[in-house]
Amino acid sequence: MRSQSIRSNSFRKFLYISPFMVLLAVFSYYPLYGWVYAFFDYTPPIPLSQSPFVGFKWFHSLVENQVKIDQLLQVIKNTFGISGLGILFSWLPMIFAIFLTEIKAVRFRKFIQTVTTLPNFISWVLVYSLAFSMFSSEGMVNGFLHMTGLSDSPVLFLQSSDHVWLTMWFWATWKTLGWSAILYIAAIMGIDESLYEAAYVDGATRMQVIRHVVLPSMMPTYFVLLMLQIASFLNNGLEQYFVFQNAFNKDTMQVLDLYVYNLAMGGGSYSVSVAISMLKSLISVVLLFSVNGLSKLLRGEGIV
Amino acid sequence: MSDNQTGLTPISRDINISKKTIKMQVSATDKIISTIVYILFSLFAFICVYPFYSIIINTISANDLSARGEIIFWPKGIHFQNYVDVFKIPGLGNAFVISLGRTVIGTLLTVGASAFLGFMFAQEDMWGKKFWYRFTIITMFFNAGIIPWYLTMRTLHLTDNFLAYILPSVVAPFFIILVKTFVEATPKELQQAASIDGAGIFTIFYKIILPISKPILATVAIFSAVNQWNSFQDTLLLVTDSKLYSLQFILYNYINQASSLSTMVNLQNAGSTAMATLATKQTSTSIRMTVTIIVVAPILLVYPIFQRFFVKGIIIGAVKG
Repeated sequence: MRSQSIRSNSFRKFLYISPFMVLLAVFSYYPLYGWVYAFFDYTPPIPLSQSPFVGFKWFHSLVENQVKIDQLLQVIKNTFGISGLGILFSWLPMIFAIFLTEIKAVRFRKFIQTVTTLPNFISWVLVYSLAFSMFSSEGMVNGFLHMTGLSDSPVLFLQSSDHVWLTMWFWATWKTLGWSAILYIAAIMGIDESLYEAAYVDGATRMQVIRHVVLPSMMPTYFVLLMLQIASFLNNGLEQYFVFQNAFNKDTMQVLDLYVYNLAMGGGSYSVSVAISMLKSLISVVLLFSVNGLSKLLRGEGIV
Repeated sequence: MSDNQTGLTPISRDINISKKTIKMQVSATDKIISTIVYILFSLFAFICVYPFYSIIINTISANDLSARGEIIFWPKGIHFQNYVDVFKIPGLGNAFVISLGRTVIGTLLTVGASAFLGFMFAQEDMWGKKFWYRFTIITMFFNAGIIPWYLTMRTLHLTDNFLAYILPSVVAPFFIILVKTFVEATPKELQQAASIDGAGIFTIFYKIILPISKPILATVAIFSAVNQWNSFQDTLLLVTDSKLYSLQFILYNYINQASSLSTMVNLQNAGSTAMATLATKQTSTSIRMTVTIIVVAPILLVYPIFQRFFVKGIIIGAVKG
């Protein structure tokens, strides 16, 4: 009798959250059904039900001739280049946090923290607008170069296809560095007081304290974040690259996400872009499980 | 969590260790390093602030000078005509209403849903709790891709529909984790006492959980409001009806077609008695920058007030029990 009432009560609790679970199913799980488009010859407005089934035709078509192979390779190269740079410099937020907490002047420290987290809260469109105002041919930087006589003709920063990976990495870092450092600051605040005291008593210099006390305590946090970053290696996101892309830099700008968008929305090849999306997701899942396994091996616990 | 959100730094701690303060060794290298650190941080702070500052001074300077990129450190020929003119661009006011609407409605719904779900997932007895929690969290790690998502939204008739801005973000796994962690850290006795007094689950949620979760809900609110205000991709993919354009989308269009807009505004002004001089005549630069400031202003105003909140909130979320 009593156990039954408890059981019905627990089911009622589930009923309360069920509408939200439905929403989640619709917006997060149902789109997976869209993967079937990759196996049909889908051209709007003909509905999917009347499109011919083509099996793996689109997957083959990605590598059917040299031109397509070259294009796909270039896109993969861009993705690897930009994500690779991100991983190469993944220690930056940690160092940023360590030296920020070293600053004695409280006001200065708070000011730096406030100012450097700000860019995280503006959209990529706004970042592009700022970039445009600074670096376009009639922007501040070129105005400055012109006024000081450093250069006669405007430097075309945004239209160049050179160093695109670096500039994209720079903007992404500019936007997120201060914000990413917050997690590390939290970790630094969690360090056991007695470790510091012991180091002071032993007469350690500040650098030695950082090397032997702070850095080792940061490692678990750094490791987890690095693993997550590796798991999303192929997901650069669309917005940043979409707003910065133009006819001049398209070749080196197109990462997988942007390529998929351009194929479908620009070229109308829905089926091919779904095929690429699908491969991308599958590889991402494999990456996630791999880093999770690696984490279990090294730390004894997974990250997911 | 002490009220001072950055906490006591290791350096200031040595003062508190004992009366016989153990002085840390400060070597010459340490001094050099700390000088370099100060310089680097100042430089990075400058890089973060200067773009905003420079655009603000450009919008209130003489337009012919700013178009040539000559306004670099301080404004010249101050006037506010740009702000008056920009609001004459058709569609801008409407986009502002759309952005504001999605931000207010979307934030309310997301905060409400995150609070309720976070609270429910912290319950000890719920049918299939573990499964549904995983069902929710796992969505953070995969997505079908942009095109399947677009096709789904089209199937649901959410293209050119205001609801497309709201519904997909109602259930937000990350925020649910934050709230759940927070609720689980509160004393269990509160809820137990209330339920012994005969309070139902909704009463407990409304009367007890909501009031004590204020700090974490403030964090969720600011995050979700910023997300809504900054959102661009959904408009880009799903909206063709200009009545539903958001400010971000309009700004993107303006950056790419500012010259035709400036011509239009100048033509509108040509009929008025006050003839525009070179200094107040709209250029593509002045239009672009003024709209940028209008789009970024709410963030700049709200941000300093809420900053301490979300730093705390993130730290609460980071220290997962």
